[in-house]
Amino acid sequence: MITFWVAVLAISVLLYVLLDGFDLGVGMLSGIAGDEEQRSLMLSAVSPVWDGNETWLVVTAVVLWGAFPPVYAALLSAFYLPLLLMLAGLVLRGVAFEYRHRAVGSRWIWDTAFAGGSLVAAFIQGMMVGALVEGLPIADRQYAGGEFGWLSPFALLCGVGLCLGYALLGACWLVKKCEGDLRDEAYRLIPRLAISLLAFLVVVFVYALAAHLQVMDRWLERPYLLVFPLVGVASITGLAHGVIRRRDGVPFRMIALTFAAAFGTLAISFWPYMIPFSITIQDAAAPHSSLAFMFWGEGLFVFPLMLIYAAVNYSVFRGKIRSSEEHY
Amino acid sequence: MDLTALLLSRVQFAFTISFHIIFPSFTIGLAAWLTLLEALRLATGRTVYRVVFEFWLKIFGIAFGLGVVSGIVMGFQFGTNWSVFAGKVGPIQGVLLSYETFTAFFLEASFFGILLFGRPRVPPWFYLFSTAMVALGTTFSAFWIMINNSWMQVPVGYATANGQFAPDDWAAIIFSPVVWVRFPHMLLASYLTGASCVAGTGAWYLLRREYHAEARIMLRMGLFLAAVLVPVQLFFGHLVGDYVHDKQPAKFAAIEGRWHDEQPASEVLIALPDAAAETNHYAISVPILGSLIGSTSLTSKEIGLTDFPVQDRPPVAIPFFAFRIMVGCGFLMLFLAWYGSYLSVRERIGEKRWMLWAIFLGFPLPWIAILTGWFTAEVGRQPWIIYGVLRTAEAVTPSLTAREAIISLLVACTVYSFIFAFGIYYIHQLLRAGPAGRLIEPPVDAVPNRPMSVVHHQTATTVSAGD
Repeated sequence: MITFWVAVLAISVLLYVLLDGFDLGVGMLSGIAGDEEQRSLMLSAVSPVWDGNETWLVVTAVVLWGAFPPVYAALLSAFYLPLLLMLAGLVLRGVAFEYRHRAVGSRWIWDTAFAGGSLVAAFIQGMMVGALVEGLPIADRQYAGGEFGWLSPFALLCGVGLCLGYALLGACWLVKKCEGDLRDEAYRLIPRLAISLLAFLVVVFVYALAAHLQVMDRWLERPYLLVFPLVGVASITGLAHGVIRRRDGVPFRMIALTFAAAFGTLAISFWPYMIPFSITIQDAAAPHSSLAFMFWGEGLFVFPLMLIYAAVNYSVFRGKIRSSEEHY
Repeated sequence: MDLTALLLSRVQFAFTISFHIIFPSFTIGLAAWLTLLEALRLATGRTVYRVVFEFWLKIFGIAFGLGVVSGIVMGFQFGTNWSVFAGKVGPIQGVLLSYETFTAFFLEASFFGILLFGRPRVPPWFYLFSTAMVALGTTFSAFWIMINNSWMQVPVGYATANGQFAPDDWAAIIFSPVVWVRFPHMLLASYLTGASCVAGTGAWYLLRREYHAEARIMLRMGLFLAAVLVPVQLFFGHLVGDYVHDKQPAKFAAIEGRWHDEQPASEVLIALPDAAAETNHYAISVPILGSLIGSTSLTSKEIGLTDFPVQDRPPVAIPFFAFRIMVGCGFLMLFLAWYGSYLSVRERIGEKRWMLWAIFLGFPLPWIAILTGWFTAEVGRQPWIIYGVLRTAEAVTPSLTAREAIISLLVACTVYSFIFAFGIYYIHQLLRAGPAGRLIEPPVDAVPNRPMSVVHHQTATTVSAGD
């Protein structure tokens, strides 16, 4: 039962990172778009799917609360201010989607809200992951680190890193969905973003070694972890290949694989902890009666249906968007 | 623990949840009413039902979207501000909330899309079925939330282990008698909200002499529904009062403004409660009525607040006044619904413009009743977050500071006002545009799970054919 809910949680988080990742990335890139037409096209490339993508964030939150209550309680209270900013960013960004093309004179407000909200949300998600890797002060299952206990150079670095990562996902999505100038523009961005991301990874790695982060010990204990970076390297190679050959579908798949590898790396380095190194999966799991009750309804029936629905939704909106569709 | 942070967290929760409940209470009622309209159209074949349906469906879309957005924040708030609570009750309340989310998603994913964009693609019976499923989905949502809150009022079916509440009898939790009086009470309140908004809009159009055919249907259906539902609601309200009397005596005493035991007890109609002096000023009371209401008896002894230690008493003023406002709204609605229905049946409502004005201006009555009813229930539960088991003061996030809480409260107020203002603006635009006589086919590129996207395409081109 516990394994099942860990799996559901992992799938939800990974889907959230991949799916909302690319639309947050497109949101950030819209901030540097050349002109109004490009911005409109960028929005069209994500508008049919973005709020379906955000569903996975809510699913993650409620599954975490029901199945692993102490983790939900500790994480959400630890990241009080960051979460607040992230939610405000996501809400403003969502509203901007709906209202921006009604406005004419004030369109810049919505454009700013869209790009800014995406940037804030992405940065904060990265920062929270960074703080988690570094370790949060937890005492007696409650967060005990003060208002800014999550703030550190490492966390900030990870925030920047995730912005780069999401922007890369976004650029690959644009390549997949768009044609013409916008696609070429995105192709030009991919190598720059990818190189920045790699540089970031090197810095993080050096920092982690220098700061003797506890997570690094895992790598010595579990050499099989190296599989994940290898997958990462392979997928980055695939990405380069796809970009050089201009194979539009390839970059997104490859970068998604890179993200999955990074997610796997983190998950296995944390294992068996959910909040490293204070709360384990076993400690956190709700009683069997709770997990079983969740399993026989939402777990067994609704969750698979949600996955199928997401897949159907993507297949309905597959293919390139055309510039003739001014806005969705 | 920071006392200011505690107070601010309570204010923030009260603000965000009050803001949120406005939308679901409306959409639950509206979804049920849309089902009825669609069924009537299939049965009678009259186009006007279809026109009214399409019109309200757009408004449903916006309200639904605002409900979803404001609901997301709720899912996080339990953890951010009430982490001790969240850690302890997650095995029960987190599970129930996850069911609510999954149910809501299931509704949004499958049937709401058909409602918005599927009319040309599915047979009529299936369209009706989809409408009913959306209504069922919103009802399920309310169901899980009412189980959740009822468990906080009267916790059952649990054991305590490792500082957590662990469920040991889900049947007891779900089939708790408290759920089954409070859930219908909330459901009826939602139906009344829908009915009142529909009737109010109909009255508004009649006052403006617009869309006569549609307005007549809205007004009559709204009034007739309310005429039937208000008395049922008053009955369920009485049943809810019974459970409070039996299970939450301190809350009951606060609502009644009863400070000392009385036998037989009088009923305080109105007064100014004074917690410091443990008495009421300017009270108007009816002898014996208190025993009659509390225990259906002429002689029963009714408990007063002074039976409870000061630290276990709820604040009196809020439950006392909120309850009276709620009941007042109930009786006002009863008058509007019955007299309005009578005039409608006699075909005389068009002449009584003051009555149309009253029905139009009375549209927020159910909302006021819902909010004050919830204030009564939630403030009356204090000082407990889980009645008799966990105190609100012990449930707040230990690391939360007043500075963090004030920042989040300000941000929540700003963002919510912002999206609310836009939502109201679009609903107002739709209402002004009126029911479209020419039926507009859904735009091909609109998106099922983005209800608000329809609005853009449809506000601009509306033509009246009702007159």
